[in-house]
Amino acid sequence: MESLLEFIRIDMGSPGLATLVSNPKFAFIQLLNSVSMGMNFFIIAAGLSLIFGVLKVINFAHGAFYMFGAYIAYSVTETMGLSFFWGVIGSAVGLVLLSVVIERSLFRFVYDKEHLMQLLLTFALVLILGDVAKIIWGTDQYSVSYPASLSGATNLGIAYYPSYRLLLCILGPVIFLALWLFIERTRWGRITKAATQNREMLAALGINVPIIYTGVFVAGSALAGIGGALASPFNSPTPGMDAIIIVECFVIVIIGGLGSLWGTFVGALIYGFVFNFGSVIVPNGQDIFAFLILLVVLLIRPWGLFGRPETEGQ
Amino acid sequence: MTDAMTRSAMAGCLISLALLISVPLFQSAYLIDVVTEILIYALFALSLNVIIGYSGNVSFGHAAYFAIGGYTNAILLTSHGWALVPSFVTSILVTMIAAGFVAYFCTRLTNIYFAMLTLAFSMLVWAIAFKWRSVTGGDDGFVGIRVPEIINNRAHFYYFTLIMVTAATTLLWFICHSAFGRTLVAVRENATRAGFVGVNTRLMRWWAFVVAGTFAGIAGAIFGMFHRGMYVESAFWTQSATVLIMTLLGGMFSFFGPAIGAATLFILERITNEYTEYWPTVLGCILLVILLFLPDGLAGLARKVRSYVAGSN
Repeated sequence: MESLLEFIRIDMGSPGLATLVSNPKFAFIQLLNSVSMGMNFFIIAAGLSLIFGVLKVINFAHGAFYMFGAYIAYSVTETMGLSFFWGVIGSAVGLVLLSVVIERSLFRFVYDKEHLMQLLLTFALVLILGDVAKIIWGTDQYSVSYPASLSGATNLGIAYYPSYRLLLCILGPVIFLALWLFIERTRWGRITKAATQNREMLAALGINVPIIYTGVFVAGSALAGIGGALASPFNSPTPGMDAIIIVECFVIVIIGGLGSLWGTFVGALIYGFVFNFGSVIVPNGQDIFAFLILLVVLLIRPWGLFGRPETEGQ
Repeated sequence: MTDAMTRSAMAGCLISLALLISVPLFQSAYLIDVVTEILIYALFALSLNVIIGYSGNVSFGHAAYFAIGGYTNAILLTSHGWALVPSFVTSILVTMIAAGFVAYFCTRLTNIYFAMLTLAFSMLVWAIAFKWRSVTGGDDGFVGIRVPEIINNRAHFYYFTLIMVTAATTLLWFICHSAFGRTLVAVRENATRAGFVGVNTRLMRWWAFVVAGTFAGIAGAIFGMFHRGMYVESAFWTQSATVLIMTLLGGMFSFFGPAIGAATLFILERITNEYTEYWPTVLGCILLVILLFLPDGLAGLARKVRSYVAGSN
């Protein structure tokens, strides 16, 4: 029987680690893999973090939204024959519609309820949406092709790298910047920020707070949809993908600190690195590594790297 | 919640126990199997209620301790050929230690952060069960658990389960109605005030977590032997959510509520599965109904009906 220590040890003589050290090209590609994967995760987790930051609801259904995004991208590109770009747009629009309905018909009734109620409401959505996806798309595993213009590889001097993944490396920071600029530099962003602090006061000042809540929920859900569409070429849409991605998002936002945009960005990058380098050093060990990092962070800062300690009455 | 059981509650317990004892007399293998499984889930849900109903923290990773108990017992019985008693006791101890370790981290947080952290730990347990193939069988599951001869018979196993669950439930009842249980309720209602009176609130929550985890481990160990296998799904977060729904459906502010919730949900699942493959949707709708209309679960509903009937007389 292999012991647990043996199982999780970092084998200094492992072929993966040796290759990393001796082959800079391999290390470079792993680095880009980590960033592109981290950026894809960032786009999804940013939505979860945004919703938590303002609405104070942990949305378990975020994973289901991601899955819907991936499925819609499949339907638009493969069934309707439109380009990948329209697949991403279609996912975003689909998620906007879906989340408006969900927010208006269910969520607004639980904002003043306890956390347990809110959590379980989102779990009820997970159960129902999972079946809805099964009814619409069945249980097959679909493949979505890469957009034609990005299916090749780009010469980066050190090595060739898939163009599509490079796009993700760029898109992540672009979305981060857009969100940051919106929240920090626009009037509506400031109002949104104020809604996280004191919504009664904001309502007293004549701001329509429910509209802000709906807006944030919809924007966050659309990010999950976009993330799902962007992931669909390498992460085939299939039932059950929602339950896995949501846990990965949780790990990211806990590492970074719930509700913090910077935290989510850094958390997603850390997750990408741990996942890729972890699996190189110990084959199949990536999940365990991710949780170990999570433990270390929680030991030092229980509220996450960029989060604030929870205060009474939060 | 009264200190001593009321006479009617006591009578209810004795009648249910008598009914449970007579189940094998019906000679129906199907009935025995269903009731065995209900008993296991009832204990699982009752254990979760120690954290939720009594200490007021929502654990979203309770399946981890169920799985730890189940896998430890499975490995000791089968891979190491241990006898039933040492294996069972060791599994309980291992679960207790694991719960104590996790509780150390989780009790530093409250509310949503507590829920997230318990979830993360349960997924760590899931990841280990999934990846440590040589010991746990990975995603194929740990199949072919060796069940000791003495309980390797449907009726014997049923009585073994009944005795274990009854003993565990009685113990839980005394724990929840002791000074410890009362203090937990005080912490749940107002942690700040309880702290001012001199209660070490974090330590109390730590104990509640350990008690809950340990009893879930007992349920898990029995579950593994009943199915002759342990599977990674038992540690997955959706399993934690299911037992949470059982607790909530029964009513988390009543001691026996979760057991009733477990039985109701289990029977509903069996019936639904005969008609449609969309049990998750049914479960989701049940959950929505509880959340929007039955915040205190079936036990709360019963209380309301009773006071309504009493009022109209």
